[in-house]
Amino acid sequence: MKEYLGILIIILLSSLVAILIVGISYFLGERKPKKVKLLPYECGMTTIGPSRRRISVKYYIFAMLFLIFDIEVLFMYPWAVITKDLKLFGFVEMFIFIVILLIGYFYVWRKGALEWE
Amino acid sequence: MGEYIWLIPSFPLVGFLLNGLLGRRMPKAFVSWVGCLSVFLSFLFSVFTFFELLRLPPEARLIEVDIFDWIISGEFVTRVGFRIDPLSIVMCLVVSGVGFLIHVYSVGYMHEDPGYPRYFTYLNLFVFMMLILVTANNVLLMFVGWEGVGLCSYLLIGFWYEKDSASNAGKKAFIVNRIGDYGFLLGIFLLLFSLGSKGVWTLNFSELEKNVNLLNENVISLITLLFFIGATGKSAQIPLYVWLPDAMEGPTPVSALIHAATMVTAGVYMIARLHFLYNLAPETMFIVALIGVLTAFLAASIGFAQYDIKRVLAYSTISQLGYMFVGVGVGAYAAGIFHLMTHAFFKALLFLGAGSVMHALAGELDMRKMGGLKKYLPTTHWTFLIACLAIAGIPGFSGFFSKDEILWKAFSSNRGSIFIYILGLVTAGMTAFYMFRLLFNVFYGKERVDEEIKHHVHESPKIMTIPLVILAILSIIGGYVGVPHVLGGGAHFEKFLEPVFKVPHEGEIHHPLSLEIGLMVLSVVVALIGIYFAYLYFLKKPELSESFVQKYPNLYRTVHNKYFVDEIYGFLFVDNLLRFGRFMKNVIDEAIIDGIVNGTGYFLRGLGSVLRFLQSGYVQAYAFSIIIGAILVVGYLLMKVTS
Amino acid sequence: MMDDLSLVMPEVVLCGFGLLLLLIEAFLGEKSKSLLGILTLIAASSALFFVLRLSRLNGEAFFGLYSLDPLASLIKGLILVILVLITVASIRYVERENAIAGEYYPLLIFSTLGMMIMVSTTNLLTIFIGVELMSISVYVLCGMFRENVRSAEASLKYFLLGAFASAFLVYGISLLYGSTGSLDIRAYSEAISAGNYSSVLMLGVALITVGFAFKIALVPFHMWTPDVYEGAPTSVTAFMAAGVKTAAFVTFLRIFYTAFLPVIKDWGGVLWLIAVITMSYANLTALVQENIKRMLAYSSIAHAGYILVAFVTGERSLSSSIIYYLFAYAFMNIGAFTCVMLMERKGEENLDIDSYAGLSGKHPLLSLCLSIFLLSLTGVPPLAGFMAKFYVFSTAIKAGYVWLAIIGVLNSVVAAYYYLRVIMYMYFKEPVKEIGEIDLSSPYFLVVFICIFFLLYLGIFPRDLTLLAEGAVSVFF
Repeated sequence: MKEYLGILIIILLSSLVAILIVGISYFLGERKPKKVKLLPYECGMTTIGPSRRRISVKYYIFAMLFLIFDIEVLFMYPWAVITKDLKLFGFVEMFIFIVILLIGYFYVWRKGALEWE
Repeated sequence: MGEYIWLIPSFPLVGFLLNGLLGRRMPKAFVSWVGCLSVFLSFLFSVFTFFELLRLPPEARLIEVDIFDWIISGEFVTRVGFRIDPLSIVMCLVVSGVGFLIHVYSVGYMHEDPGYPRYFTYLNLFVFMMLILVTANNVLLMFVGWEGVGLCSYLLIGFWYEKDSASNAGKKAFIVNRIGDYGFLLGIFLLLFSLGSKGVWTLNFSELEKNVNLLNENVISLITLLFFIGATGKSAQIPLYVWLPDAMEGPTPVSALIHAATMVTAGVYMIARLHFLYNLAPETMFIVALIGVLTAFLAASIGFAQYDIKRVLAYSTISQLGYMFVGVGVGAYAAGIFHLMTHAFFKALLFLGAGSVMHALAGELDMRKMGGLKKYLPTTHWTFLIACLAIAGIPGFSGFFSKDEILWKAFSSNRGSIFIYILGLVTAGMTAFYMFRLLFNVFYGKERVDEEIKHHVHESPKIMTIPLVILAILSIIGGYVGVPHVLGGGAHFEKFLEPVFKVPHEGEIHHPLSLEIGLMVLSVVVALIGIYFAYLYFLKKPELSESFVQKYPNLYRTVHNKYFVDEIYGFLFVDNLLRFGRFMKNVIDEAIIDGIVNGTGYFLRGLGSVLRFLQSGYVQAYAFSIIIGAILVVGYLLMKVTS
Repeated sequence: MMDDLSLVMPEVVLCGFGLLLLLIEAFLGEKSKSLLGILTLIAASSALFFVLRLSRLNGEAFFGLYSLDPLASLIKGLILVILVLITVASIRYVERENAIAGEYYPLLIFSTLGMMIMVSTTNLLTIFIGVELMSISVYVLCGMFRENVRSAEASLKYFLLGAFASAFLVYGISLLYGSTGSLDIRAYSEAISAGNYSSVLMLGVALITVGFAFKIALVPFHMWTPDVYEGAPTSVTAFMAAGVKTAAFVTFLRIFYTAFLPVIKDWGGVLWLIAVITMSYANLTALVQENIKRMLAYSSIAHAGYILVAFVTGERSLSSSIIYYLFAYAFMNIGAFTCVMLMERKGEENLDIDSYAGLSGKHPLLSLCLSIFLLSLTGVPPLAGFMAKFYVFSTAIKAGYVWLAIIGVLNSVVAAYYYLRVIMYMYFKEPVKEIGEIDLSSPYFLVVFICIFFLLYLGIFPRDLTLLAEGAVSVFF
């Protein structure tokens, strides 16, 4: 338990500092609220419509697909580093891995997830 | 072939399934063929197995086959397994042989009945269960067969369930048997646990026989007594015999098969099978013999005053079963089984003959409305006569050899006693009397048949008379397999069964041959006297019997009403039980138990409807619940670690 | 390498078929549905074939990340049988409820693959991969009725909460790794015996408990269950109830009995409490449910509680009762849910108990079958449900947890009320509403009869399975 005491102290201290900074400015600072001051900041323009707009699900699908393939490619970096040591085994494994990815890609493609309209 | 002995009971099972599942949609011929053929195959197979056994040396005549493990509980293992030895093959032959003849007879007898497929379904199931009973290699499987035949008996007694009397008789048989089975079951438990406490967990017959001397004598007495209670139920002995006369409500071939030839002898078979236990319990043996002879006497006396031909036969069955118990009770197991076999022949014949008479007279049962049927029913008459001679113990017929063997053993064996012998002898005379009373009343003398029935009186069809003839032949020759030494025979039957019973020969008192012959003559004379009196009272001077009734009206009424035993049982047990049951239902169950149960139920349901509000449907709430749970689990475990 | 591959043949086959099905579906579209069903059956049976062939083997593959032992083989066999049953039951269901997309079958396969992976390893990371593969597939399967609001809601709820619970699980795994330096569960018990009894380790144990408690729906981690079971397509509900629970329970069992038995006095206490709360809460709530799927959902929570009764004893030799219970539980649930599926039709779900009133008059066979399953769930002999409860409670008694057994038995008495209530409705009530024709086509009844057969067989000859189960749990020694 003792070895974590330091962490606890840090947590306590940092929260204390944060509370102090915000609290001091809250008590010492002067506030003159105006309508313009309270508006959400949007490049100095008056906001148009609600800010919580619904975004087309296609954005998410694109983002998700990007993320998935991105991370899968990331997996190749450590493989590439030791590919010589892994010999044929590593090659076959990566081959299978990419084939599975490709199947996923074909699936996504056929299902039309890559088309905007 | 030995390892296929399980086929013997399997054929009727197949017949049961075929008839039970398809019977109603199939033509009658299909039902009849399946029904008869399945039993015939069993018989054929039993015959083959019999010859197989004969080829083995006598000591080695035992085939045991385990089919599969049935109950395994700790050290206790019971297998579904079969055992063929001389005893069980005799039973198999009797059950399947007589059973087959009765099946064939039924084809004619039941032909018009709308429940035809149901009838054969039950009958095949019965044969299956009976064969299980006699071929089982352990007590538990035997008990399955025991209960199974009880079930079939119930179903078949109540076969015409639209009739109140039939369904009541079925219930009576079932309940009375239940009392006996309770004893049997307790016996099994006691046997299992008392051997188990010695470290031997088994119910297999061979293993029991090997380990029986581990048991203490008092325990054996108790076990055998409990088993005997079971036997008194199934085999209709005092005090549980009351169901058998009522069981005559079933179709007549059923009475022949179940309530005369096979099922009711199960008790005798069971005692013979467990002879190694009974041998060690002389007190129980004495009780068995005593109950047997008393039952024989009592039932025979009731037989005097009955007019219903099937009831006379029922009391005669009870009486003859009593003889068999005398046989096994004095240690003459082979004689008991011998009588079981010959009795199966002639009693089945008597019942089937009675059935043939009923068939001819449109279901008439009262012998006062019969008489002089000899010329209308020649075959039935001849075969019936043979059966009567056999049961009366006239020399040359099968009953003579077997009954005499029992009487002789009752006299000569060191387990027997003079009292039992004399009572048995008197009963033999009585048997001859009431059987010939029946014969004369039905077939001889004045014709008392109703006029409108008289035109239709006809001999039964071939399919019914042929089994009669075969059984008649068996009733004559069936005894010759066991002709005693004293008459120059080889006592083959006894010798065949000897490896099973391993009769100890030492210590037996040797009686002079002349004594044996003398007693034999004596019993024949007694039988002849019985026949003579029957002739005198019912054929020559019928007025004599009427004057007898008028002279002793109370005695007659008591006997005619079966000594009021049913009424006494009703007053003592049935009424009180009903009263107790009503009390339990109205007060204990409905007021107290139901009150508690319903109260608890309402309370819990109320609790449930409160708890359901926790299920709000908000996913935040669900996540919160997980958090709470996680905090509790983490907190608990961390507290454990730090403390 | 080749040796490694030969050990994972069942998984390889299943994976290959799953990918193949995905492509077929993508290129052939809606028309291919019945073909996909048949291919799924082929996939499951060929995987089952390999499982049986490998069933006598013990071995490790891929540097100890994967291991094959009797426990894994037995459970993989059960899981594949579950897949077969669910697929057969789905063939008509998917056609009738045309709302279900073709991805249904590949997802079933992938989810099964995940289950097989998680029960067939001693490495926490592999377990986690299996759990996630299984869970993510099931999240999607729950939302397979795309037009149905409840189905979508179920899917989303399950996904959100499942992700939440996975976080606990993976955090627990990382803490265990941090405190012992190993991901192999076999290393932990040694580490603990060697004196590593730190709070970090216990924190890991606690968090893993939370993760699995969510998967097998123990109170208070169960809140998702009624909503998800109700909203998901019924075939998926059956799959979750039978498959997911089995796989999660076995993995939970394997981790705790391999790694944490030395500290059973710690987690045993907390699970004791959870078992009691789970049984009591689920049974009481089930009493007032009017929707049969919801009722069965609570019933499945309650059954998890019963299994936990044997779990907390920590008796390795008696843990075969858990395996037996899972088998019985799988068959009775699949059977019951298949009967529910028979009652459903497009646009009219007939899930409330009133739909079952007087069912026996018009559909005697269906009523009889459903009654058998409900009786088995109640625990009536000679059905397997009885033997399962018997084994579990006798385990508790033998291990000295008498009170727990008593609470369990009392709970099954309470449970009898809501199971028998359905039977009472079917047989003793007048029909309330007109139920249309019921699809009596053979695929459903094939499943129902297979389940009945197994319930009777396991109930009457429990020895065959208990021997196998005893062999399986010998891996804990």
